[in-house]
Amino acid sequence: MTRALRTKSLRRQDLKRLSAAGTALGMLAAVAVSTTASATTLKHPDASVTIKVAVVSNPNMEVLETLTPIFEQQNPGIKVEYDTLPEDSERQLIETDVTTHANEFNAVMISNYETPIWAKNGWLVNLSTFANADQSYDVGDLVSPLRQALSVNGDLYSVPFYGESSMMYYRTDLFKAAGLTMPTHPTWAQIASFAQKLDNPSKGIAGICLRGESGWGENLAALDTVINTYGGEWFNLKWQPQLTSAPDEAATNFYVNLVRKYGEPGASNDGFTECLNAFDAGKAAMWYDATVAAGVISTNAPKIFSNTGYAYAPVGPAGIASGWLYTWSLSIPAGTPDQAATWKYLSWATGPAILALQAKKYGWAAVNPGTRTSLYKNPNYQKAAGAFANITLDSIDAANPDHPTKSPVPYVGIQFVDIPEFIDLGTIVSDQISAAIAGTETVHTALTNSQQDAEDIVSANGL
Amino acid sequence: MTVALLQVSRRSWKRRRGWHHFWTVVTWVLALLLFFPVFWMVLTSFKTEGTAYTYPPQFVFRPTLSEYSQVFGGVNNFTKPLEHSIFVTLVSTGLVLVLAVPAAYALSIRPIKRWRFVIVFFLQTKMLPYVAALVPIFIVAKNLRLLNNEWALVILYTAMNLPIALWVIRSFFIELPKGLLEAARVDGASTWVEITRIIMPITMPGIAATALICAIFAWNEFFFAQSLTTTNPTMSVFLVSSIQTEGLYWAHLAAAATVASLPVVLAGWIAQKQLVRGLSMGALK
Amino acid sequence: MTTLPSSLQQLPVGGKALPAANGLPQQVRPVVGPRAQAWKRRLPLLPALVYIVVVTQIPFIVTLWYSFRRWNLLIPGSNQFAGLAEYRAAFENPMFREAAWRTVEMTASSVVLAMLLGTGLAILVNRQFFGRGIVRTLLITPFLIMPVATDLLFKTTLYDATFGLLDWVLKPLGVGQVNWTGTHAVGSIVAVLVWEWAPFMMLIVLAGLQGENLEALEAAKVDGASSLKTFVYITFPQLRRYIQLGVLLGSIYIVQTFGEIFVITAGGPGTSTTNLPYFLYEQVFDNFTVGIGAAAGIIVLVLTEIVAGFALKLLSGILTASAAMA
Repeated sequence: MTRALRTKSLRRQDLKRLSAAGTALGMLAAVAVSTTASATTLKHPDASVTIKVAVVSNPNMEVLETLTPIFEQQNPGIKVEYDTLPEDSERQLIETDVTTHANEFNAVMISNYETPIWAKNGWLVNLSTFANADQSYDVGDLVSPLRQALSVNGDLYSVPFYGESSMMYYRTDLFKAAGLTMPTHPTWAQIASFAQKLDNPSKGIAGICLRGESGWGENLAALDTVINTYGGEWFNLKWQPQLTSAPDEAATNFYVNLVRKYGEPGASNDGFTECLNAFDAGKAAMWYDATVAAGVISTNAPKIFSNTGYAYAPVGPAGIASGWLYTWSLSIPAGTPDQAATWKYLSWATGPAILALQAKKYGWAAVNPGTRTSLYKNPNYQKAAGAFANITLDSIDAANPDHPTKSPVPYVGIQFVDIPEFIDLGTIVSDQISAAIAGTETVHTALTNSQQDAEDIVSANGL
Repeated sequence: MTVALLQVSRRSWKRRRGWHHFWTVVTWVLALLLFFPVFWMVLTSFKTEGTAYTYPPQFVFRPTLSEYSQVFGGVNNFTKPLEHSIFVTLVSTGLVLVLAVPAAYALSIRPIKRWRFVIVFFLQTKMLPYVAALVPIFIVAKNLRLLNNEWALVILYTAMNLPIALWVIRSFFIELPKGLLEAARVDGASTWVEITRIIMPITMPGIAATALICAIFAWNEFFFAQSLTTTNPTMSVFLVSSIQTEGLYWAHLAAAATVASLPVVLAGWIAQKQLVRGLSMGALK
Repeated sequence: MTTLPSSLQQLPVGGKALPAANGLPQQVRPVVGPRAQAWKRRLPLLPALVYIVVVTQIPFIVTLWYSFRRWNLLIPGSNQFAGLAEYRAAFENPMFREAAWRTVEMTASSVVLAMLLGTGLAILVNRQFFGRGIVRTLLITPFLIMPVATDLLFKTTLYDATFGLLDWVLKPLGVGQVNWTGTHAVGSIVAVLVWEWAPFMMLIVLAGLQGENLEALEAAKVDGASSLKTFVYITFPQLRRYIQLGVLLGSIYIVQTFGEIFVITAGGPGTSTTNLPYFLYEQVFDNFTVGIGAAAGIIVLVLTEIVAGFALKLLSGILTASAAMA
């Protein structure tokens, strides 16, 4: 009985406090509901079509989202909603949606990896009819290698949002202080010797920052280009994996040892973002990565930016131009409604006009690079971005995904192999490489494991 | 209870004051250490991206609200996700209680024959790995036209929290004094009256504590929220969308994380004593 | 009024008052048959039971269905019946076994460490001292912060080898720039899990401490028992049930750990932190083999049920001791 009494008196006090918490939540809810209600009615009184776009979250996309109200003003009756997530999550979401034909999205942001595969599966809408009929889109202006990479049998299935290759960034001030000169077309051997001279752990400066993070689009992207330019390849013409061949092993040994000796600490976890941080903070003398980073450096670290020089992607013993080719592009999944309205959005988001809009708000250096030749002829762009713009365009032009390696190969793709099985294979191999960089296994073991896995996948999938 | 504890403690204080102070210091140090990551997160939210990525880490800097203004007013601001999260959390928690309280009654006070079997069945529904069921659930949701719909999350979260709520509330019910319920039964009270007028008022702290725990789990859930929503995200997905694939994002992420965690943290802080008291109601003697 | 013999007291009289053998009026319920009685007992359970069966068993059945098919998301037309082939593929995959072992390893260490830390904290916080409320507030916060935020926070600001706080703090002690998620990957994940779950354990144990039998404690003090002896012989047995509850609940959640690994180590380096949920994720979203993912999921379900069966038997002490009131 005493216990019951005690609990009863507790109850009143407890209920008071719990209801306080509940009221707080309720008030938040009321505020949220009322703000959204008023926001929606004010913004779009009678939008007839809603385009849902799935995009990857990166700075250029953020800019696009900020500019979207301009599109909605110019096209009354079309409203755009975004689903923005980081790369891995977005890929997962888009893949589930497209492969199960849920058609939740009118437009999806994919790349030159998915486009040919999905187009051949019949999952993407042929955009050539739209593009050719749309004068404002100016299909001919598209940079040629990108256009080819996103086409099947001459038909465009995806429109490029921005394009990139890879190049070498370096700190001009550190080079000058050490009395070194970076050639415009360096070799990897030269890079290794620069890294050795500039590596300064006591000052917290790494000779070079290289991607080591696990992921078929992370460390493998950089490593693949090194393998290519050392004369190696993923598969020979008979689809036999070549990961333990002499050039592959030489290239991988070189890459892993370079980053372990003169690279940043913790390299096995460092992808694009971590190296970008390191370079922006002045903790790396060189950085080999995507050309699009230049724009980001200019926005975030102006002081470093003014001391940054650029060189072409280094070449190895085989002497092949080794810049990679990648583009984030927008596509329309087959079977979705409102395709004409969606094309209007695609045309606006990737057309020539939007570049000027971006420049007005954010400056020319941050504009979407690599998709249109007209941009590179624009004097304003040359003035703001000239230092890296020409190398970017040249690298993209020189990139040849159809013939990426020294010997002929049965696959397409420079820093990836454009087959559906590559996500699995690439993830497994990049895991191994990351472990080698972390020092938990030797390069030889990593490659032997990878070779075995590659052979298993080939036989399981009848390549 | 507190008075008795004080009396006991007072005697031991007089004898072992030194030890007391020692343990107090240890407790404070542990608390500050464990809280430090949270403190660092909130601190980072007041930095710009440039100052967030520095080495050595900066403890003193000029604070700015720029990241918060983006969270509150930017293009991808938090109002829609907040609304979705509140809706999903409150509705699923309410639904859990409506289902769990009568069920707990039927498994404790007037138990059905196979009550052990039923409890085990409920618990084992939590053993199928969610990840394996994702594509099946996605397809079911797609066929039911529930994709990108908050109700899909409400339904799932209720099912995910129900077994735990049932287990915990049941453990409160079986502690009720038998005499009380006998008296009610003798008076001819129907089951409904028994539950609402007699049992619930007494066990309210425990039920409320359970509700809070269910709300915490629902609010913080991420995997299904990301997979089943597109343009109607919840706060957890909103948080992840602040990660940039090819850019810097720590300060923005810290601001979004602080805002996303704030409602649950506040609720937990306000109700922590009740949470402990509620859990101890189920004194499993 | 006539006095009925007690044996006839239970006859249905629609609630009319009848005097009992002692002469006091007594209201009786209308008698219902035993079968209807049983259904009346089941009724309150039905909404919850029906709900859980519908919402959990439909996905289960669909998963089971896909486990017998070899659907590869990227190969159109591959949604074909495959018998037990996918199960065999899952069993034969060495990663599956490694992931299973990793799951056991990480779950056991996280639960045990979280419970140890939580119990220690509960004991410390149960005392009266300056700022007790603030300390308790600080200590429960890790459990309340959104787990995704926690994972990102640890990955970027604490563990990072170049910018991380952990290395910076440990620098004066001579520890170099350690790559925490590279060389101590499993430990890094376990540390995050312990940080997230220790407050939860602390709350449960604290509830147990506050429900303690004070008379027994006082008697022990009067008898001159040391605090250690008091703890071991009086407090701990009482706490045992709470600790078991905490371990049960904690294990159910921690065995499904996915977010932490996805965000912090992506299963690596190599495959050193790939547990079962992450392995399943890779099957579905890297390999696009829904069939193998589903089959592996069903296998994991069966294994978990077997293990949990043993665990619950151990806990059946709770179930029988807290036997229902009839």
